[in-house]
Amino acid sequence: MPDTCVNIVVGGEAGQGLVTVGDFLAKALVRAGYEIVVTQDYLSRIRGGHNTYAIRVSHEAVHGPRESIDLLVALDAQTVPMHTGDLSGRAMVLADEAIDRMGHTGLSIPFKTLCPKPMFENIAALGVLAQVLCLDRKWFEDLIAETFHKKGDEIVSANLKVFSDALTWAGSQQAGFSCMPAPGRTEKRLFMHGNDAIALGALAAGANFCSYYPMTPSSSVASTLIEHAQRMGMLVEQAEDEIAAINMALGASYAGARVVVPTSGGGFALMVEGISLAGMTETPVVVVLAQRPGPATGLPTRTEQGDLNLVLYAGHGDFPRAIFAPGTPEQCFEMTYRAMDQSEKWQSPVFVLTDQYLADSYRAVTPFDLSALPPVSAPALATDDPAGYERYAVTENGVSPRLVPGFGEHLVVLDSDEHTPDGHITEDLGVRVRMVDKRMRKGLGLKEDVLPPTFTGDDAPEMLLACWGSTYGPAVEAAQIMRTQGKKTAVLHFGQVYPLNPDQFLPLLASAGRTVMVEGNYSCQLAALIRQETGYVFGATVTRYDGLPVTAGYILKRLEEAN
Amino acid sequence: MIPIEQYGTFETAWCPGCGNFFINKALKKALSTLDLPPHKVLICSGIGQAAKSPHYLRCNCFNGLHGRSLPPAQGAALANTEVTVFAESGDGCSYGEGGNHFLAAMRRNVTMTYLVHDNQVYGLTKGQASPTTAQGQATKFQPWGTPSMPFNPISVAVTMDVPFVARAYAAEVDHLADIIVQAARHPGFALVDIFQPCVSFNKVNTYAWYKERCYKLGQDHDPTDWRQAMIKAQEFGDRVPIGVIYKGSRQPYEQRMVSSVRRPLATSKPDMTALDDILEGYT
Ligand SMILES: Cc1ncc(C[n+]2csc(CCOP(=O)(O)OP(=O)(O)O)c2C)c(N)n1
Ligand code: SF4
Repeated sequence: MPDTCVNIVVGGEAGQGLVTVGDFLAKALVRAGYEIVVTQDYLSRIRGGHNTYAIRVSHEAVHGPRESIDLLVALDAQTVPMHTGDLSGRAMVLADEAIDRMGHTGLSIPFKTLCPKPMFENIAALGVLAQVLCLDRKWFEDLIAETFHKKGDEIVSANLKVFSDALTWAGSQQAGFSCMPAPGRTEKRLFMHGNDAIALGALAAGANFCSYYPMTPSSSVASTLIEHAQRMGMLVEQAEDEIAAINMALGASYAGARVVVPTSGGGFALMVEGISLAGMTETPVVVVLAQRPGPATGLPTRTEQGDLNLVLYAGHGDFPRAIFAPGTPEQCFEMTYRAMDQSEKWQSPVFVLTDQYLADSYRAVTPFDLSALPPVSAPALATDDPAGYERYAVTENGVSPRLVPGFGEHLVVLDSDEHTPDGHITEDLGVRVRMVDKRMRKGLGLKEDVLPPTFTGDDAPEMLLACWGSTYGPAVEAAQIMRTQGKKTAVLHFGQVYPLNPDQFLPLLASAGRTVMVEGNYSCQLAALIRQETGYVFGATVTRYDGLPVTAGYILKRLEEAN
Repeated sequence: MIPIEQYGTFETAWCPGCGNFFINKALKKALSTLDLPPHKVLICSGIGQAAKSPHYLRCNCFNGLHGRSLPPAQGAALANTEVTVFAESGDGCSYGEGGNHFLAAMRRNVTMTYLVHDNQVYGLTKGQASPTTAQGQATKFQPWGTPSMPFNPISVAVTMDVPFVARAYAAEVDHLADIIVQAARHPGFALVDIFQPCVSFNKVNTYAWYKERCYKLGQDHDPTDWRQAMIKAQEFGDRVPIGVIYKGSRQPYEQRMVSSVRRPLATSKPDMTALDDILEGYT
């Protein structure tokens, strides 16, 4: 397959502004109509170290990150030696004059002459990049104007001048990097990462209360909510700890709010008793868990899909739950929206599992059609029979009418201990059994509502790659590559990983020659769950747990090694 | 005034003679005085004997986890302006397991009333020392005497400039009821620490012990004087003051939050036009 992608990597120390360069460039590329996948690799420190911001860009769809680098922007001297081994045949290195390019083709940029002050170096780097990538300067100029307009016209024009000078300088250098094909599309797309999409999905579903305790890589869900809190009338509170965050959310939910709680594995571990409380009191709550390598407390800024078992088994005792695992920002939006609805509909805790890679991965996203969203379930405010109202009335599908306290004469009584239909504590063991049965019947409903896994690729494939969450894109790309090699290949992506409905996927697995589960963890947690629930055993597994995202190249290499 | 009968009568799981009965009586009396019908009252509690309280009263009730009466209470109070919110639990639940939440609630200052049944012992788990047990006091689980110094919720709350800080004694029902009424009317976070004799496990802090020591603060105590309040907060020995120790005027949390939050949240629908506009910002 001819490689039509360009993989751009900006490397440097934390605090050098590489995210500014990366964000600007990525946004300009999306505006210009290109497809991108951003991967951010950073250390758990605020300054220093070696960080990268990688943008894989193409005029056609790109699904995941790639290892080999075509354009390396070195903001510090470490960057070139660190990535020498990854440079592709056509690679170019862009670096300051003072940095040794180690013999690689590229440009030594006279930042000192191009910039009146060192703070303009990021903008100068963008000028060079715009020229090298043959991008219309207008995309950058608009962005510069929008970004700096609050700081005044003088700052805007100073930045525009640096940008223009750098672009002109690069033009005079005849750098000779081949231009990318022009993108075919002109319609507007959104520029956002997975966590933005999750926050927006929650807002679209009416989320109006968020309690959280900061933890990478979930914090940006909260920060996006905070950014829009004023306009959307949302209450966001930084709790004193995760235990408070989940309990506060449950209190708010009980009192009529629509709640979302973002956290990461270590924080979620602290919330576990609260999850049981949600299960027992049948209080809706959506927890967004952005995974990172654990256990306590692992690689704080790297990625992994290691917390499926944690959310699957979190809590003491039995109660129903649902777990979503979106693979793209579009799915982040849709599935969080759905999670909010399912949680209310089945009065159960519902989880959205994402990870650092997807959380930080900017993409060109098809705009969401808000008018086409299905309605979201809601509790009732009042009842005709307040005296007869029972919060835990035993019903056929297990769902009891949920009312909000204070809006009528009815009383809403919740208890973490076993309770009678009217919510009061009981030690009657017969009631206990009826109540467990009632709660667990909701699980059947949750199962009927399960989103089927998506199957893409050839029918009756020789090779089927199964995956969940953010591994979706890399698996699709690996499948495409195998297809060009003449192998019938398909991908089965689980966007909802619990409950599972075997009828939705066992026939597909049976139709495949070889099945491989691809997961970003050591123990292949979804494969184990599928085996436990259905007895199905995958032909092979590909796992990754070095803190980096799964890529197509990684999958293919591991499959080759297995042969 | 709402007739007291409206709050119901219930069979309890408390030991005969327990101080909890008086608190239950005082709370009903206070709610009646406050003219709060049962459906306008929301009580969150934790786990323990005291935490069962809201079950013994007709009201909206969220009986959650040990140590966690405050987070749901604050969440509910922020979400729902149709109800008056209380949290009610034991001293172990409130100052031990829930200590961090107590500290945060004082800082946050959400309008609600915190009723702590302070029996200076763990009741439900059978008599271990609690955070307010006196140093050196022996229990079955601390046979050589409680090694740690007791926590003083009153002086901590006064230090934190909590808007309403009171100490009460369960058996003084009318006095306690009056304090609860004042607490519920005061904007911001209100703490009422209530001495509650545990007849089963606390053989030191008995009715007689409290009766001998507790005296009611008189007109000469000015609760708005922080220094005086601090002195009263520290008074704990042969004589222990009961009554309103401190009244501050810190701005409640609700007045400091995002102004566009439309409460009660149950009736606030997402503004899709605004969201559409927000999405435009991502292009
Ligand atoms: C997380 C957790 N730890 C421990 C317990 C066991 N437990 C139940 S009640 C209680 C202590 C109750 O003491 P206190 O809060 O003083 O209330 P009292 O029973 O004296 O009214 C404990 C430790 C629990 N339910 N949950
Ligand atoms: S154990 Fe103590 S606190 Fe609990 S009910 Fe009995 S007397 Fe009351």
